Amino acid sequence: MPRKRLRNTRPRSIGWVGDLLDTYVEARSRSGAWDEMFGDSGDPRPPYRALLETLQSLSGSDLEERCVARDRSFRDQGITFSLSGEERPFPLDLVPRIISAEEWAIVEAGVAQRVRTLERFLADIYGPGEILVDGVVPRHLVTTSTHFHRAAYGITPPNGVRVHVAGIDLIRDVDGRFKVLEDNLRTPSGVSYVVENRRTMARVFPELFTSHRVRPVAGYPARLLEALRAAAPAGAGDPTVVVLTPGVFNSAYFEHSFLARQMGVELVEGRDLVCRDGIVRMRTTEGEQRVDVVYRRVDDDYLDPLHFRPESLVGCPGILNAARAGNVTIANAVGNGAGDDKLVYTYVPDMVRYYLGEEPILDNVATYRLDDPDQLAWVTAHLDELVLKPVDGSGGYGLVVGPSASDADLARLRTAVIADPRAWIAQPVIALSTAPTQIGDHLVPRHIDLRPFAINDGESIWVAPGGLTRVALPEGSLVVNSSQGGGSKDTWVLAGAERGPSDEVVAARASAGHRPPAGQRPDPGPAGGSATQQQQQQQQQQQQQQRHQC
Amino acid sequence: MLSRIAESLFWIGRYVERAEDTARILDVQFHRLLEDPWIDEDAACRGLLDVMGVPIPKTDHLGALEVCEQLAYNPTSPCSIVGALSAARDNARGAREAISSEMWECLNATWYALPEQVAAARNVGPHGLFRFVKERVSIMGGLSSSTLSRDDGWRFLVLGGSLERVDMTARLLSARWGDAAGSPGWVTTLRCCSAHEAYLRTYRRAVDASLVAEFLLLDRLFPRSVFHALSTAEACLAELDPLTTRSGLDDEARRILGRARTELEFRRASELLRDLPSHLARIQGACSEAAVAVAERYFRQTAPIEWTA
Repeated sequence: MPRKRLRNTRPRSIGWVGDLLDTYVEARSRSGAWDEMFGDSGDPRPPYRALLETLQSLSGSDLEERCVARDRSFRDQGITFSLSGEERPFPLDLVPRIISAEEWAIVEAGVAQRVRTLERFLADIYGPGEILVDGVVPRHLVTTSTHFHRAAYGITPPNGVRVHVAGIDLIRDVDGRFKVLEDNLRTPSGVSYVVENRRTMARVFPELFTSHRVRPVAGYPARLLEALRAAAPAGAGDPTVVVLTPGVFNSAYFEHSFLARQMGVELVEGRDLVCRDGIVRMRTTEGEQRVDVVYRRVDDDYLDPLHFRPESLVGCPGILNAARAGNVTIANAVGNGAGDDKLVYTYVPDMVRYYLGEEPILDNVATYRLDDPDQLAWVTAHLDELVLKPVDGSGGYGLVVGPSASDADLARLRTAVIADPRAWIAQPVIALSTAPTQIGDHLVPRHIDLRPFAINDGESIWVAPGGLTRVALPEGSLVVNSSQGGGSKDTWVLAGAERGPSDEVVAARASAGHRPPAGQRPDPGPAGGSATQQQQQQQQQQQQQQRHQC
Repeated sequence: MLSRIAESLFWIGRYVERAEDTARILDVQFHRLLEDPWIDEDAACRGLLDVMGVPIPKTDHLGALEVCEQLAYNPTSPCSIVGALSAARDNARGAREAISSEMWECLNATWYALPEQVAAARNVGPHGLFRFVKERVSIMGGLSSSTLSRDDGWRFLVLGGSLERVDMTARLLSARWGDAAGSPGWVTTLRCCSAHEAYLRTYRRAVDASLVAEFLLLDRLFPRSVFHALSTAEACLAELDPLTTRSGLDDEARRILGRARTELEFRRASELLRDLPSHLARIQGACSEAAVAVAERYFRQTAPIEWTA
């Protein structure tokens, strides 16, 4: 394919990236982590070569302009998040993260395998419990999980799908291998930023796209809608899908409204729903209308006050019984948290072998199980070298990075861990891979992770090409969560040799011998520039001059 | 009102709508060219120029840059954004007493800002220019709607805008015909008309070729559908000449548009879709004929008489 040309290339006196390369390479070798852009020799890795070239043709003022345009675009669209009570534009770094087609093939297969396994696991523990009988996963481990809900036992989803959407957090270790850090099977968020990041990057930095073939991500909402419709209870001919949000004050409200808008479905709050006779309906101006699928972004605890927290005002009383009666599908299913518990996580490789008879494509990060007294003893003695995570937490809350924690923190942590070892896991400190990130007017290495999103429609598992790359902005920090001040990057999966949908179109057209009819010339306006008009103009001017002379 | 003024208003309506629609189309197409890794850029650009009725330059490879030059920055072509806005301003200059001074100021200020916007677009990408044009045209629409009396002048302005909208939507659809039913190009077409969200709210399912065509042709409620714009144009003509004869009509333009509208309205969608290209060609033809008929009837001007010795 010929290289797309967007702007007239002009020589630049100062390349801002060029100036920074020395410090960048030096800083990255200090961190010892895998760098996404540069290999050990200091040469750019193949997927990044064209990007580096384009970046080097830009000047510092160019970059500044783009930053302003980016921030204004996010702010105007209301894509903000509040950090310490202040509304800020969503932090998108202007240098994209690039994944080659070959690397992506591994991620895609690994994520799909993982989701397929966890889907089987959830169906098992909320049903026959064979894996528990066979002793592959200890029964007490599941029953003691905070997110294992007995209320969900025996509910069989219409098309067998519990994990309609999954977000699998991946990191890259020092050797550049992708590893799974955690699974998110409840309500993984961030996909709206994947789509919006791409849209914004194409607007403020079009020339970056000209030398790459990047797989598009905008098809996500359509895929999600298809999967949700496929999950509808039998007999719903044209199923009604809604998105259930806790409300405008939720930090992910932008994403909820984004998905509802892009899917063309109603965004409802708990008070808009009413459940009677085991059927969920929404209140509309045309009376109550039956709802078949609820894509809920409300946590289990708040979803149904009849079963969970009775004080919840954002849920829909009775919805779980309606799901049990087979009249509504809740997506993602209630009780999925038992599958993404961080202690259950340590058993996922065994589950892959147990359910699928395959070897895991993506490995776990080494993890200590603290319900084992020997491991507990070792971990409590080495807290200052480890990362401790609460098993049921998400968003980076409660996480303690040993080497950077104070003695008082570690003492408190030790007490907490010994009091309830089931509630914690420990992992060695892993140097996440680094990528060039703009800080001020410099590019510096910062640690990143990757959250690909997978959609299960019951037939197959589709992994959106890309995902959310999160960046830990403070130097040396390993905490990437945006609730902890992290940023993000547009994530590019390069197109491989496979044919895309547009090619199919061209092929279909060619075979059908179709040629679009030639467009007609647009109607011309009243004749301008004709001889008589010019004459009229001249005379009008002469008249004026004569008047002025009088 | 004076025929000359009426004609200017009609063309202000058309040019402003043309500038807006072209900006919408380019904004979407330009970014699709960048973001779709499988697109054949040269063919897509040729197709775009072709459907807009612009002569295709004889080069080996057409790119997004050249398309923007032709359809956005070209100051002399009435098919480009800058050209159309300049033409609208020229028309408004001769009709300043017939439009509100706020409308004139809006067009004039837009025209003065264009060189700077074009320079910025050439430098950092055209999205800013498209956005600027869409915003200025919306201001223009808001001002005309809130400051013009609903007299004949208003009707000519709206008539021009509606005819142009019918023409543009028909062009867009005919560009797409022949694409596979699930092709991402259909989403692009919807987004060009700012109709993607409205479509999703209406059908609540993934984009499908025949539904898109149905929506953009026949939807009664969406203001950019061919049917809606045709009906608006027809209503303007009816108000311009409220006297109805005992039988038939003696307004040629109304007859043409009414026929085109009923062709759409009283046909099954499946029937329309089977032979969409010829229906679209007829619709475009009807727009041109109606514009000629309006000019014949309302804008008749004698050529200036030249007295020679």
